[in-house]
Amino acid sequence: METAVKKYTFKDFTSDQEVRWCPGCDDYVILRSMQKALPEMGVKKEDVVFISGIGCSSRFPYYMNTYGMHSIHGRAPGIASGVKLANPDLSVWIITGDGDSMAIGGNHFIHLLRRNIDLNLIMFNNEIYGLTKGQFSPTSLVGQKTKSSPYGNTQPPFSPGELALGAQARFFARIGGNTPKEMTHLFVEAEKFKGTSLIEVLQNCVIFNDGCFTQYTDKAVRADKQIFLEHGKPMIFGKESNKGLVLNGLKLEVVTIGENGVTQEDLLVHNAKEQDPTLHQMLVRLDYPIATGIIRSFDDVTLEEREDALTKQVKANSKFKKTDDLFFAGETYEVK
Amino acid sequence: MNTTKTNQQPEVLEAVVIRFVGDSGDGMQLTGTQFSDTSAMFGNDIATFPNYPSEIRAPQGSLYGVSGFQVHIGSVAISTPGDNLDLLVAMNPAGLKTNLHALKPGHTVIVDTDSFSKKNLEKAQYESNPLEDGSLDNYRVIEVAMTSLTKEALKEVEGLDNKSITRSKNMFALGMVYWMYDRSTDYTIDFFNKKFKSKPQIIKANTKVLNAGFYFAETLELIPNSYTISPAKMEKGTYRIIMGNTATAWGLLAAAEKSGLELFLGSYPITPATDILHELVKHKHFGVKAFQAEDEIAGITSAIGASFAGDLAITTTSGPGLALKGEALGLAMMIELPLVVINVQRGGPSTGLPTKTEQSDLLQAMYGRNGESPVIVLAASTPADCFNYAYEAAKLALEHMTPVVLLTDGYIANGSAPWKIQSVNNMPEIKNNIIKEASENWHPYDRNEDTLARNWAIPGTEGLEHRVGGLEKDRVTGNVSYVPDNHEHMTHIRAEKVKRVQNYIPEIKPEFAEEGDLLVVGWGGTYGSLHSAVKQLNDEGFKNIGFTHFHHINPLPKNTEDLFKKFKKIIVCELNSGQFVQILRNHFNGFDFKQFNKVQGLPFGNNDLIQEFKQLVK
Repeated sequence: METAVKKYTFKDFTSDQEVRWCPGCDDYVILRSMQKALPEMGVKKEDVVFISGIGCSSRFPYYMNTYGMHSIHGRAPGIASGVKLANPDLSVWIITGDGDSMAIGGNHFIHLLRRNIDLNLIMFNNEIYGLTKGQFSPTSLVGQKTKSSPYGNTQPPFSPGELALGAQARFFARIGGNTPKEMTHLFVEAEKFKGTSLIEVLQNCVIFNDGCFTQYTDKAVRADKQIFLEHGKPMIFGKESNKGLVLNGLKLEVVTIGENGVTQEDLLVHNAKEQDPTLHQMLVRLDYPIATGIIRSFDDVTLEEREDALTKQVKANSKFKKTDDLFFAGETYEVK
Repeated sequence: MNTTKTNQQPEVLEAVVIRFVGDSGDGMQLTGTQFSDTSAMFGNDIATFPNYPSEIRAPQGSLYGVSGFQVHIGSVAISTPGDNLDLLVAMNPAGLKTNLHALKPGHTVIVDTDSFSKKNLEKAQYESNPLEDGSLDNYRVIEVAMTSLTKEALKEVEGLDNKSITRSKNMFALGMVYWMYDRSTDYTIDFFNKKFKSKPQIIKANTKVLNAGFYFAETLELIPNSYTISPAKMEKGTYRIIMGNTATAWGLLAAAEKSGLELFLGSYPITPATDILHELVKHKHFGVKAFQAEDEIAGITSAIGASFAGDLAITTTSGPGLALKGEALGLAMMIELPLVVINVQRGGPSTGLPTKTEQSDLLQAMYGRNGESPVIVLAASTPADCFNYAYEAAKLALEHMTPVVLLTDGYIANGSAPWKIQSVNNMPEIKNNIIKEASENWHPYDRNEDTLARNWAIPGTEGLEHRVGGLEKDRVTGNVSYVPDNHEHMTHIRAEKVKRVQNYIPEIKPEFAEEGDLLVVGWGGTYGSLHSAVKQLNDEGFKNIGFTHFHHINPLPKNTEDLFKKFKKIIVCELNSGQFVQILRNHFNGFDFKQFNKVQGLPFGNNDLIQEFKQLVK
């Protein structure tokens, strides 16, 4: 019998460890958003597990009063997969960064998405290595000057969303690191989604890459530079909510309602649940406005559902209940 | 050709070694397995060793495409697949060329003359036909046109293509060998009936060819001798033939059932360990969760995750894979979770010799991680005892909250032998350190006073929420700590925890002599070779030579030094350049450890061992 879930507040999820990120870091916003989102999810505290890799973001589990593991660089997806496959009742969260997930852990990252295990991954993307003090990462821009690219970075970046969709991600959301309310909402939605949910947080690093997303996330420009997508709603944005997206040939185009005869009816309506990721990919690539919110949320069978169905089937048809049944079956012989 | 025969009674032999060789597509593994299974059913003790190229289908007729299967059967205890052959069955010139050196002079070789074409002789790099040039004068050669005879036998069976007909010639050879060794064809015919249930004409064809070979040997006076090998004196019980890798998998199944935990395997395909994965994926009926990961690292990390969540977690690999798992193994050691790592050793370094055997990963298992990160290291020694040591690896991991590396090797993993079936009911109890409730002031690194194992608080348990990780932990609270004294303390505790396992493992015992002039020391998969060499010397009257074999490498059994003191000389024999001997030298002063090493991807040869040991007691 399911026991009722206690009423929690964010304090129940706050550990006794002192938080040690740099003052002003967006990581504080993510932490608090998570601590506020968990009471809304209806999961028991003892069923929540955070698994992280290595990097600034990966200190996160220490600050959550749940089960957690601060593991090794890039390997959180493997560990989290093992946790979830061992006990599918748990709510499992991977905490990772751009370097952790897409450089050293790139292989695990794509295979995690391909398999679609029901767990959640939050990628703190700050386009830099912070903990090692400022080297370019797989999302740093060409030309970006860092400690390891003093004359400018020559390696073209990944777009996490494009990489994820290419790896069959069923759920992809993006959010600015300075919008806690929306972020909290996305965390709750990610938990509700059955399958691997990936949330990319555009996280400002105040020390080594300050202002990397300001052009999109600054309060003053946010409404004009971001489109916050909601399933089933028209693609509208702008301070005056008068701009929108239409499809022009094979490209998305920004239009203004009331100009050139454009009305709200002409705008695209967001369908996050569509299996075909073509439009989701266009939205991920868009740089004006950048897409935030849940870009893709396609319901699909999870790995553990497939495994569970197979196990039940094999169990029902098998004559082996105990290992003795197996060991003594088939070609045995007696020595007298 | 020798045509003297033979109505005499079969000659009674204690043991024979037979090798079947041919192209990698000739079905030699099947032929060998059938012969060894039939002999085991008959009551012989057996040991087998397959030897095949790493190419799945190497070019036909080539020297490097030769696939072989060796079987040693006896009415006495058999501990190795044997060295020198009593009978060689060569299906083509390449097989003859690469294996003749192992045949004892004067003994028998059966060849398929149909395969000795000009083209095949060239591929085998023969300048002249060995069947004609006198180079086989030292052997009894039985020339049989097997391919033609097989075709002839099948000419009335309908619905067979030419390829299927040619491919069943291995059954002709098997039929002949069955007759030679006084074996019934029943077991193999049963096997056809089960295996090819839905293909009646294949059953018919194979049965026909098998019988044709059998009658050919019986009726034509071509066979120089017929032999019989009586059943061996073996401990009473129910037996089956088991391969080392299967025994390893089954030991893990038994441990899971006994401990009441679910079994999780995280693995990535690698020769020669993959058969453990193949075996465990079959057993979903026992709730086994076998996860084929994207790489070796995800193999071990998924197992670490499963262990954190309360499963009996396993990862399986071979040498290069263990190298990739090193960092994660260090994490498992640091967060003190139970984990079994199985390394089926192969020839190294790097890609090395994937299908050959070696014992060269010992130091990697012991030390192949950053920082000071001790783990338990065990080694299985025969195909059948892979079962016991896989079981013990799981037991020690769970009871002591630590990773355990179990070393097997390609030789015992692919070899097979009779296994006296163990019921789980009779296996030792497995405890665990799971806690369900927090006492006051509970901390995740609270330890059992005797074993120093920390308690195992599993996600889903209310009130025991905690964080672990690769950073150094405070000795009391388990929180991250950079305090210098604490780090040293924790380093010692982790070492001491593994050392105390000595109190839970058996003492080491000598065989053949309690004390004397020479102690032969081995570990892992060389048990069979070393045991039979020392036994032979003992039978010859060398009562001053003892033998001891290690299964527990880290920690070593408590009485190791006391045993060493009882012998004047000690020789440590390994299939590497001297790794275990380094460990022994580190532990024990005042001994002159001699070494006997071989690094050829092959097991020890009996004669080499005997010669060496005799030299030392002269």
